[in-house]
Amino acid sequence: MRWALGAMLFCLCTQVVATSEQQAMRVVSDAMVAPLSDVTGSAEQGEQIFAARDAGHCVLCHQVSGLDAPFQGNIGPALGGIGDRLSPAQIRLRIADASLLNAQTIMPSYYRTEGLHRVDERYRGRTALSGVQIEHLVAYLAQLQSQNQ
Amino acid sequence: MVGYRLTLGLMLASALMLVHAQTPGMAQVMQISESPMDKPLSGFHFLTPETRAMQQDDFANPGYLWVAAGAEAFQQNVGAGSCASCHDTKAMVGVATRYPKFDESAQTLINLEGQINQCRTKRQQLPALALESQGMLALSSFITQQSQGMPTSVSIHGPAAPWLERGKAYFFQRRGQLNLACHQCHDESWGKMLRGDQVSQGQPNGFPAYRLEWQSLGSLHRRLQDCESGVRAQTQELGSDAYLALELYLVWRSQGLALESPAVRR
Ligand code: HEC
Ligand code: HEC
Repeated sequence: MRWALGAMLFCLCTQVVATSEQQAMRVVSDAMVAPLSDVTGSAEQGEQIFAARDAGHCVLCHQVSGLDAPFQGNIGPALGGIGDRLSPAQIRLRIADASLLNAQTIMPSYYRTEGLHRVDERYRGRTALSGVQIEHLVAYLAQLQSQNQ
Repeated sequence: MVGYRLTLGLMLASALMLVHAQTPGMAQVMQISESPMDKPLSGFHFLTPETRAMQQDDFANPGYLWVAAGAEAFQQNVGAGSCASCHDTKAMVGVATRYPKFDESAQTLINLEGQINQCRTKRQQLPALALESQGMLALSSFITQQSQGMPTSVSIHGPAAPWLERGKAYFFQRRGQLNLACHQCHDESWGKMLRGDQVSQGQPNGFPAYRLEWQSLGSLHRRLQDCESGVRAQTQELGSDAYLALELYLVWRSQGLALESPAVRR
């Protein structure tokens, strides 16, 4: 069901996608407008989540120049200046479920529990990141502007 | 010179004929007999100079502790007789290149560890060795080391064919909470950096290998479990049919690479 919705994203403008937590989240064009938590995101906390092994660990695949984390990966694109290119809502969708935009993507879907195969018991039925954590990440990435680099 | 030209011409002509002969049915046959990798690269290629040097120095390479223990175990008189009472050590050269293979008597695919346990239970009248036990690692690394430098030559036809297909499907299936397939890291992203690790092609030719992270020698199946827990997937049992099938696909995919066991890996 969600796959069909994902495929139609570019044809129709507005979709309602049922999330793992059974809330409705609005996906408009290539963006997810509604925050995933009532807590306002903090860029400072987002930076930590981005780098920490036991949180987002986004540095596995992404680099942000100036970020204090050794050995940043390059499987995904560098995210320095991403705030110039993408709105917070666009960033939110890419973290929550990048596979809606590119079914072949390597980028994991951090806010998804369905359509996954053989998830370890300890993680089954749980999203990789919480809504609050994603809001922190959105706040952090949205303020990465190229002139600050 | 003329002879050279002639061979070249002949080669060209036969290459052209091959292209023409590629009816759909033919293409399928070609696909299955050719490895999917143009130029397989060993995990060795992705190591630091220090780790490479460690692997290549028989005294510094800790894997040789297991190989030495295996050489001893091979001669040891246990059960109905030592391994050496049935096999000359020299006869072990090349053996590891042919596994996993379909075993007619068991009517299933077995890898080298499975063969060792068949010998243990059927010929030596001994209980099977637990996978990943020191006893098993000693024998498997000793036997594999006898084929060091030799390319693999597994059979993927006949009863092995469905196992290959199963292994291939496994390799391409996304799994775990992070929803990643082996293919996405080891076909699509090798050479790139996953944090501090340069992703290799995920080749099996170094195993059993000494992994610095384990501080021990370990089997290919144990390595597979690590990649699976990395993506937060439920791992399969060591020696399971799922991993045997995957092992066959990986070995076939590595076609052309020489065995390196005991390799040293990160
Ligand atoms: C396993 C690799 C991997 C991990 C881990 C990963 N990403 Fe990605 N990411 C990618 C790839 C690859 C892309 C490129 C888009 C595509 O392939 O569909 C991407 C794209 C993105 C984009 C869009 C970039 C653009 O220019 O449009 C954002 C934003 C992003 N990732 C944020 C994150 C955050 C935040 C995390 C951690 C919570 C994360 N990523 C973890 C691989 C990864
Ligand atoms: C998120 C990325 C990722 C995924 C998915 C993944 N691996 Fe790996 N794999 C790695 C990394 C990183 C290493 C360690 C460095 C290296 O050798 O590539 C590794 C190592 C290996 C090795 C050891 C190679 C050597 O020379 O030591 C094998 C074999 C392997 N992987 C097979 C697999 C198989 C089969 C799967 C699927 C069941 C898989 N991997 C899934 C990232 C991944």
